[in-house]
Amino acid sequence: MAAVSITPAPRLTTLMLQRKTLAIGLAVILAIALFALLAPLIAPYAPNKLSIVNRLKPPSGTYFFGTDEFGRDIFSRTIYAGRLSLTVGAAATVFACVIGITLGLAAGFFRRADAVIARIIDAMMAFPDILLAIALVAALGPSLTTVIVALGIVYAPRLARIVRASTLVIRELPYVEAARALGVPTWRIMTRHVLRNLVSPILVQATFIFAYAMLAEASLSFLGVGVSPEIPTWGTMIASGRQYVGQADWMTIFPGVAIILSVLSLQLVGDGLRDLLDPRLRKDL
Amino acid sequence: MSQSPSPAGGDVLLSVRNLSKRFHTASGPVKAVEDVSFDVGRGRIVGIVGESGSGKTTAGRCILRLVEPSEGEAVFDGVDLFKLPERALRAYRRRMQIIFQDPYSSLNPRMRVGDIIGEAIDTHGLAKGAARQARIADLLTRVGLSPEHARRYPHEFSGGQRQRIGIARALAVEPELIVADEPVSALDVSVQAQVLNLIQELQKELGLTMLFISHDLTVVEYLCDDIVVLYLGRILEQGPSREVYANPRHPYTKALLSTAPIPDPTVRRERVILQGDIPSPLDPPSGCVFRTRCPFAIEACARAVPPHESVSPGHSVACIRQAELATPATQKVTA
Amino acid sequence: MAAVLSAPSPLTATLPEDVVLRAEDLHTHFIVGERAAKSVDGVTLTVRRGETLAVVGESGSGKSVTSLSIMRLLAHPGRIVAGKILYRMRDGTVVDLATLPEKRMRAIRGKEIAMIFQEPMTSLNPLYTVGDQIMEMIRLHEPLSRHEARRRARQMLELVEIPAAEKRLDQYPHEMSGGMRQRVMIALALSCNPALLIADEPTTALDVTIQAQILDLMRRLQRDIGMSILFITHNLGVVAEIAHEVAVMYAGRVVEQAPVEALFARPRHPYTKGLLACIPNPERDRAADGARLMLNPIPGNVPSVLNLPPGCTYAPRCPLVEPHCEGEAPGLVPAGPGHLSRCFRHELL
Repeated sequence: MAAVSITPAPRLTTLMLQRKTLAIGLAVILAIALFALLAPLIAPYAPNKLSIVNRLKPPSGTYFFGTDEFGRDIFSRTIYAGRLSLTVGAAATVFACVIGITLGLAAGFFRRADAVIARIIDAMMAFPDILLAIALVAALGPSLTTVIVALGIVYAPRLARIVRASTLVIRELPYVEAARALGVPTWRIMTRHVLRNLVSPILVQATFIFAYAMLAEASLSFLGVGVSPEIPTWGTMIASGRQYVGQADWMTIFPGVAIILSVLSLQLVGDGLRDLLDPRLRKDL
Repeated sequence: MSQSPSPAGGDVLLSVRNLSKRFHTASGPVKAVEDVSFDVGRGRIVGIVGESGSGKTTAGRCILRLVEPSEGEAVFDGVDLFKLPERALRAYRRRMQIIFQDPYSSLNPRMRVGDIIGEAIDTHGLAKGAARQARIADLLTRVGLSPEHARRYPHEFSGGQRQRIGIARALAVEPELIVADEPVSALDVSVQAQVLNLIQELQKELGLTMLFISHDLTVVEYLCDDIVVLYLGRILEQGPSREVYANPRHPYTKALLSTAPIPDPTVRRERVILQGDIPSPLDPPSGCVFRTRCPFAIEACARAVPPHESVSPGHSVACIRQAELATPATQKVTA
Repeated sequence: MAAVLSAPSPLTATLPEDVVLRAEDLHTHFIVGERAAKSVDGVTLTVRRGETLAVVGESGSGKSVTSLSIMRLLAHPGRIVAGKILYRMRDGTVVDLATLPEKRMRAIRGKEIAMIFQEPMTSLNPLYTVGDQIMEMIRLHEPLSRHEARRRARQMLELVEIPAAEKRLDQYPHEMSGGMRQRVMIALALSCNPALLIADEPTTALDVTIQAQILDLMRRLQRDIGMSILFITHNLGVVAEIAHEVAVMYAGRVVEQAPVEALFARPRHPYTKGLLACIPNPERDRAADGARLMLNPIPGNVPSVLNLPPGCTYAPRCPLVEPHCEGEAPGLVPAGPGHLSRCFRHELL
C-alpha cells in the first residue's frame, strides 16, 4: 500500500511570500509594529521627557528626528505614537468586524432583518467617513475609546455589505441546502458554512479598514476632535507641529512619513491578499 | 381528488397530495409546481422527469421542506411533513436526505471530507469519538473511497469522487428516503455508470426508497420502477416505468421518448419533434399546459385542466384525447 | 477581396478531392512554466465534404481544444506545437491552418469555417440586437449596403426557422429562449455561407425537445446547403443521430474513427466499447425476469493531461491490456473498411 500522502493546498503563508508586493507590504507593516511594540527598548528618550533648552532642534545624531516645541524627542515620540495609532487602527478594525459580520450575516439570513439593516447600511455609507466619525465622536465625547468605537461604527457597513452579499449567494448553494436537509441549526450553518467561506474577503477588507482607520484617527486628531492632544499619536503630533511648519518641518514630516508608510504597506497587503485569494487569479499558480 | 395514486403494490412510504408551490417574483407569481400528487412505495425508485421549468427540482425540495410548499400535503410514514413545526421536522430530517447534481458546489470547500460526513453524524448525535471515526471510515468505504480520504479537502477529488462523498453524507444519518436531484447529470459517461451502480447497490443493500429527479430518459428507464412526467409544474403522465416507456399515452411523453437520443444509429423512430418553446412558467397556457406545443390540441384543451385518467393499473394520463391517440412510438428496424 | 492568394499551394495534391479538412498528428499544448499540458497529443481526423464528423469524448479528452486549434482561437498559453491542419478552401486550394498567418486566418474564420458553441448567450453580444450582429458579420465579409444586409439577415433567420423573423431582428439576445438563441447562433455562423461548420456541444445546454429541434435543423441545413460539419459532443446518443462519421477521442488522441454504423455495430477500440457499455440500454441491462442488471463502467479515471501514461494512454483502464501496451503507443491503423483504431489488439473486438 502506498503511504497516505496528504497534500493540502499550499499554505497561505508560503503563497503570501511568493508575491513581491505582498511580501514588501507585510515586511514594512511588521517592522513598524515591531518598533511600536519594542518602543521602550528602542526609543532613546521617554516620549514625554521635556527639555526646554533643546526645543525645536533639527534632526541630528542626538535627536534623529529632531525635537518639538517642548524639546521632546520626535523619534521617540513617533515610535511611541505608533503604539497608539496601530492600537486604535486595530481595535477599530476588530470592532468594525464584529458589528459588520453580525449585521451582514443577520441581513443575509433573515429576510425581515435585511430590510432594516440594508437601509441602515446604505444610509451610513452615504456619509463621508470623516464627517460621520466627527459626528459620532462629538456625540459620544472625545476619548481614546470613543475614537475606536466611532471608527468601528463608521467602517462596519463596508464589511456588513460584503458579508451580506456573499451570504445571500452562499446560503443558496447546495452544500448549505445539504446542511439544512440534515437539520443543522441555523447558527451553525452561519458559522461553519457561510462565515468560514468568507474568511478571505473579510481578511482583505479588514486590512483596508485598518489602513483607513489609522488615516481617519490621524485626521480626527489633526482636527482636534480625536484623542486628547497630550497623548502622542501620529495625528496629534502633526497637529501640534502644524504651527511650526516652515520653522520646524521635521515635527510634521516624520509622523507624516510614518502614517504614509503604514497606510501604504497595509494597502499593499490588502491588494496582495485580494489577488492571492481571488480564485480566478489563483489558478495559474 | 381525481388523481389515482400508483403504488404498484406494497406499502407507501411517501404520499404527495395536491402539492403546489408558487414563487412571488418581481414579474409576478410563478406556479412552479401545481397540484402534483403521487405515491412512492417503500423500497422503490420513482423517477421524476421533466425539462426546464417543469418544477421537478422544486417538487423535490418541497417534499424535504427545503422550500416551503404553498399547498398540499406530503404524508411520510403516516405524518404530514408540511404540517410539522420546525423542531419536530428535525427528527424527520434524519429519515430523508438529498443528493445534489453539482459535485462541486454541494461540498463545503473549507471542510475536510471527514467533517462533512461528521457533521451529519454530530447533528443527530449518532456517534462520538472513536465510534464516530469508525462510522466515517465505514461510510467512505461503502461509497468506494478509502478511510484515509477523510482528512482531505473536496478540491482534491474528481467529480465522481465528490459525488460519492455527497452520497456518503446523505447515508450518514441512515435515511429511508433519498431525493436524488440529477445526481449523475454533471458526470462523464464512464463515471456516470460507476455512480449509477453505486446508487443501485446501496439502494438494494439498505432498502432505500428514492425519488430520482432527472432529465435523462435513458437513465430513468434503466433505474426507476415508477415514473412521473412533469411539464410546466403539472403531472402529465405517471405509472410504472416499464409500462410508460412501452406504452406512453400522453402526446408529450410520446414526443419526449421519441426524441431522446439513443446511441444506436440503426434505430429508426417516428420522431415527434415538438414545435416552439416551452412557455414561460410566468404565463402558463390555460387548460392543458402542454396544448401550445401539442400536435393534437383541440379547442377543448384550452378550457379546463385535463383530469388524470387511469389507463392501466397505476398508469394515469392527463389528456382528454388519450383514448383516441393510443399508438406505439418506437419501432426498431434492423438494417 | 479576401486573401493574398499565391500560386496553387503544393499542399493541394496531398488532400483527396472529397476531404474538406484533415488534421494530421496535431499537437496542442498548454505550457505553464516547465509543465506542458498535452491537451491534444497527436490528433488525426478527416472531415469529408457535405458530411458530419462527430468528435466524441469525455471531459479532458481534448475535443474542444482540437476545434479551437482548427479555428486558431486558442487562449494563452495554448499553442499548436506540431502537426498539420489541411483545409480545402472553396476555390480548391489547400492551406495548412496550423501555420497560416493570422491575417489570412481572419479571412477564413466566418467565411470559410464558422463555429457555434454550447452556450449561445455568452457568444452573443447582449448590447446589440440579433439583427445588428448578423448584419455586422455579413458586412464584415461582403460589401453589402445596410439595407441589403438586413434583408440577408432576415433570410438567415428564416433559414433557421425562426418565426416572425422581421420582428426578431430587432430583439436582444436576452429576450429569446435558449433554443432561439442557438438558432440565431447558427444563422450568424451560416450568414457568410461557410464550407465548414464547427459545432462545439451545440445542444448540451438545451432541453431534450429543443435539442431535437436543433439537431433536426442542422440535418436539414446540411442537406440543403451541403456544408460539412465538425460536431463536438460527449453524448453518444446525439452522435448516433447526427453523424456520418465518428472520431472517438481519449486523453488527447483520436483512438478510433469510423462510419457511424460501423462504429456502433462493432467498436474496434476497447475505450469505445467501454463507453457504449456505460450507457444504460433497456434491452441489454434487464434480466429475463425484468430485474435490473448492473452496468459495466470503465474502471478508474481519465489520466491527467499533465501526466499521461507512456504507451497507450488507455492501458491503465483497458480490459485487453498486455505488457506490450504500456511500453509502446499504438498507431491509428485500419481495422475494417474506413475504420481506424489505435489499438494493438483491435482484432479481438
